[in-house]
Amino acid sequence: MFVYALRRIAMLVATLAVATVVIFAVMEVLPGDPAALILGVEAREDTLNALREQMGLNRPLHVRYLSWVTGLLTGDLGTSYTYSVPVSDLINERIGVTLPLALIALTLSTLISIPLGVLAAARHNRVADVGIMATTQLGIAIPNFWFALLLVWMFAITLRLVPSGGFPGWDAGLIPCLQALILPAVALALPQASILTRIMRSSLLDTLHDDYVRTARAKGLSQRIALWSHAVPNALIPVLTIMGLQFSFLLTGTIIIENVFFLPGIGRLIFQAITQRDLIVVESLIVVLVAAVIIVNFLVDLAYGVVDPRLRSRG
Amino acid sequence: MTGAPLLDIKGLDLAIGGTPILKSVDLTVAEGEIHGVVGESGSGKSMTALTVMRLLPVGSRPFGTVCFQGLDLLAANEPEMCSIRGRDIGMVFQEPMTALNPVKTIGQQVAEGLRWHLRLSKAEAESRARSLLDRVGLPDAKLSLHRFPHQLSGGQRQRVVIAMAIALNPPLLIADEPTTALDVTVQAQILDLLRDLVAEHAMGLILISHDLAVVADMADRITIMKDGTVVEAGETVTLFETMTHSYSKMLLTASTHQPDRTAPDSAAETPLLEVRDLVREYTLPRRTLFSKAPTMRAVDTVSFAMEPGKSVGLVGESGCGKSTLARTILALDRPQGGNVHFEGDDLFALDTEALYEKRRHMQVVFQDPYGSFNPRHRVERLVAEPLHLSPTPVTAIERREQVAESLVRVGLSADDMDKFPHEFSGGQRQRLAIARALITHPRLIVADEPVSALDVSIRAQILDLFADMQARLGLSYLFISHDLTVVKAITNEVLVMKDGRIVERGPTEQVFAAPEHPYTKALLAAAPDLDRALARRRRARDAVEA
Repeated sequence: MFVYALRRIAMLVATLAVATVVIFAVMEVLPGDPAALILGVEAREDTLNALREQMGLNRPLHVRYLSWVTGLLTGDLGTSYTYSVPVSDLINERIGVTLPLALIALTLSTLISIPLGVLAAARHNRVADVGIMATTQLGIAIPNFWFALLLVWMFAITLRLVPSGGFPGWDAGLIPCLQALILPAVALALPQASILTRIMRSSLLDTLHDDYVRTARAKGLSQRIALWSHAVPNALIPVLTIMGLQFSFLLTGTIIIENVFFLPGIGRLIFQAITQRDLIVVESLIVVLVAAVIIVNFLVDLAYGVVDPRLRSRG
Repeated sequence: MTGAPLLDIKGLDLAIGGTPILKSVDLTVAEGEIHGVVGESGSGKSMTALTVMRLLPVGSRPFGTVCFQGLDLLAANEPEMCSIRGRDIGMVFQEPMTALNPVKTIGQQVAEGLRWHLRLSKAEAESRARSLLDRVGLPDAKLSLHRFPHQLSGGQRQRVVIAMAIALNPPLLIADEPTTALDVTVQAQILDLLRDLVAEHAMGLILISHDLAVVADMADRITIMKDGTVVEAGETVTLFETMTHSYSKMLLTASTHQPDRTAPDSAAETPLLEVRDLVREYTLPRRTLFSKAPTMRAVDTVSFAMEPGKSVGLVGESGCGKSTLARTILALDRPQGGNVHFEGDDLFALDTEALYEKRRHMQVVFQDPYGSFNPRHRVERLVAEPLHLSPTPVTAIERREQVAESLVRVGLSADDMDKFPHEFSGGQRQRLAIARALITHPRLIVADEPVSALDVSIRAQILDLFADMQARLGLSYLFISHDLTVVKAITNEVLVMKDGRIVERGPTEQVFAAPEHPYTKALLAAAPDLDRALARRRRARDAVEA
């Protein structure tokens, strides 16, 4: 397992390095001169040149790449054009909203989907199965922003249990923050949970017919024990894959949901930065998002190693 | 037999989803008796076993009585069955590769039944598991409890499955094709182990098999099944001596069937195929990040030649490199050394077009008649596939004519070309595979385990077809098989392969009659042989009578 983890870490570092090269290259290729953006279209050529010199834009490509990567590593991401604050401060502040939101959504979708998927597979073609399949079909079909509005109407406006939007900041205490995050998290989790339930169900239906489950039954184990101790652990392997992929959807999903709920998170920041052409913020956010997705996939890889001994020995 | 039998099945009927599967099956097993159940696929032998275990598929309705130690199992409720399964009746399944849970250690899996039935602590159960694995021939030095199934060989896995089944010394053990997926030498070891265990614990054993020779060797009594009914049953030697039912007789002749083959004249012109010092290596995964990747030599300096119109058998156990050798001969893999001359030309020196031309003259028939056809294509398209190798484009009409000709040649009808593969039985699909191979009028057919997935009666027909095609079309076969009886029946020469090397070669009859290499001797000794098994039983019977 140690060798397996080391290999995965090496892969993680290599992938991150390649990702920074790609992002840097794409940003170079894209039209648009940061100096011209700052000074406006009316600016004189010598002023532009002076600013380019000051910003280091005239230096060779590899020097600029290295200084950008060094900046990334030391947390110096430059200064936002529109907010005039360091980008790192902006991201630090916003990630405190988005990360908990995505994690709560992921936890919710896992906690809902695995038991439901198991229940549906165990009661294959019976009422519970048909009901769960119909509900999840609906869950996948409903757009999550509309579902979010429905939640707001129900729990914020009618029942007045939680605020309808905004975020009080972590200084206000845990409970108000969780109250502010719970509806967006549910809205984000619904389609993910629906998909995951179906994956869990079909994966478990496959493993339930596997020979080792029959072997377990032949040892005398009851249907329920054979299901939980033999079929479910094997069925989780494909579910893990999908969970890893879903995390990136959750992150992009926050762009819509944070706008619906007025949450000052990464999703809203990215939306604002794009509309205001704040390229340095966009660039940094892309790096952060890409890094988040790569790290989550790394964690999924580690989880594979725990769940499936065959992968561990293969390294 | 004294007193009540251990297991007494009377008038067992079984329907699954309204389809009758078993019809009035009777079967009794006494303590310490090995009872063989023989039949072809679909005969209901596995379903009979699963009925005893009450592990039938959803929608099954069994009727009749299945009396085990005085208790009617069909009337028992699920909790009662849970305490009987594993404790009173153990079961060993066919496929050791899939019978074990891949994510649990073998220690956990062997200990599981002990913990479940006896409520033992983890440590107690593991120490019992340890001694069980010792008993089935997997001592600690060889195999730690913490190993996972994928780290074991097929034979080791089957030993683990047997250890699980006998963990609680059940009075009755059911083994459903326990050695079908194993190599002959491993099969012999597993059968010996089962025989010893039965003697040790006076266990009753139901041994289910399609192989008459295995059953004749092992069983005290035999039941022959067909289409869900018992066609014949009795004491082993008596049954073979006084066989009355036509199906039993057919089974017996089919399993020792030798197709009529006219000996080809040995006018040796240039060899059709000549393999010289062939080496095929595979790169294995690197052990550490920066080390050089190790290689595995699957084919190790193999040389042989085949004359036109002759057939050569390639025999060896799984992993010996015989399929890799076949792939390399067909130029599907590039060798690391040596060369393959076909019709006088070096295959690996030809350009793509010339290689296409050569490929028309060498075709292949694979083992699995189910996996080797795209299920969404019709027979016409499937059989016509090799025609794209022909130098001139084939018109639609020509294509249909050629497909029809090929189908008729293998005993199918021209009308079959508009059907889909799922509309054919296993034997018919293998005929389709042969029709596909014949359509380009090849000179050499490489047949990789072409009859291994077939029932004995079907196997006999397909072997006849191979022999007939050879006589009529002057084909040569490279016949790859782990089954010695098949090779003996159809080949002129035989090559015995072990660990990538040819260890023995010669005319088939000579090699079978007087093997020289120790490995060939071991293979032949381990191969189940009906006549030998019956002779041994007769001697034992005569000794008792005297």
